[in-house]
Amino acid sequence: MIEMSYYLILAAALFSTGVVGIFLNTGNIIVILMSIEIMLLAVNINFVTFSSFLNDLVGQVFSIFILTIAAAEAAIGLAILVVYFRRRQTVNILQDQELKG
Amino acid sequence: MSVVFLTFLLFSVVLLSSAVMVISARNPVHSVLFLILCFFNAAGIFVLLGAELLAMSLVIVYVGAVAVLFLFVVMMFDLHLGVIKQEASRYKSIGILVGLVLVVELGFLYMNWQSASNTHEILSHPITPGRTNAHAIGDILYTDYFFVFQLAGLVLLVAIIGAIVLTLKDQATSKRQSISRQLQRNPQDAVTLVNPEKGKGVRL
Repeated sequence: MIEMSYYLILAAALFSTGVVGIFLNTGNIIVILMSIEIMLLAVNINFVTFSSFLNDLVGQVFSIFILTIAAAEAAIGLAILVVYFRRRQTVNILQDQELKG
Repeated sequence: MSVVFLTFLLFSVVLLSSAVMVISARNPVHSVLFLILCFFNAAGIFVLLGAELLAMSLVIVYVGAVAVLFLFVVMMFDLHLGVIKQEASRYKSIGILVGLVLVVELGFLYMNWQSASNTHEILSHPITPGRTNAHAIGDILYTDYFFVFQLAGLVLLVAIIGAIVLTLKDQATSKRQSISRQLQRNPQDAVTLVNPEKGKGVRL
C-alpha cells in the first residue's frame, strides 16, 4: 500500500513546480497561465488524497468545483490574453508597464 | 515493491518531469503538449486513489477543453521566441529559491502530519464500499451541494459571457441582423421562380 505522505509530497513538488514556473516565465503570460493550471492540479491531488485516505467523499466533490472554476479561469485568462496580444503584439507582461503599480 | 507502487512511481515521475518541461520548454506549443501529458498522468494518480469520476472528468475537461483552448490561442499568436527568453533570466535564481523553500517546508509539514483521533466519527459523507464512485458523488452533489452546483454553473455562464464580451471586435464590416428589415421582406420580392429551358442557362 502506498503511504499518504507520498501523494502529499508529490502534490507539494507539483505545486512548487508551478510557483517556479511563474518566476521563470515572466516574459510569457501563456506559460504563467499553464503554471496556474499545474498549481490547481496539485491542489486537486491534495484534496483527492485526503478524501481517499480519510474515507470522506466531500474532498472529491470540492475537487469537481475546483475543476469548474479552473476551466472558467482559463477561458477568461485566455480571452484577456487575446485582447492584450491584439493591442500590443506581444505576450510579454514586463516589457513596458502601462500600469505603474 | 508491489505493482501498485511501481505504477504510482511511474505516474508521479512522468507527472513531475512533464510539469518541469511545461515551465522550461522554449516553445509554448511544446509547453501545452507537455501540459496534456501532465493531466493524463494526474488522471492515473486519481485512478490509483480511487476517484474514477474525477480522473475521467480531468481527461475530458482539461485535455479535451482547456488544453485545446490553450493550443488554439498559442497557435493563433505569432510569437517571437527569442525576445521572450531574454527576459526570463532576471528572476531565475529567486524563483528557484522560492520553489525549493516551498517544497522543503511542505515536505516537513507532510512528513510530520497526523490526523485527529476522532476523524472517523466526524466524517460527513463516508465512502461506502460496493457503491461506485460516480453514484456516490452524484448522491452528494445533487442533494447536499445542489446550490453550490448551481453556483458553479453560474460561474461558467459568467465566464462564457465574459470571454465573448472581451474578444468580440465590432467592425464596420461585420454583418448584423436587422430584425425590422427581416420582417418587412415578403416572399414576392425575395424569391423568383423560373422554369429554364433545356440547354439554356438562367438569366436573372
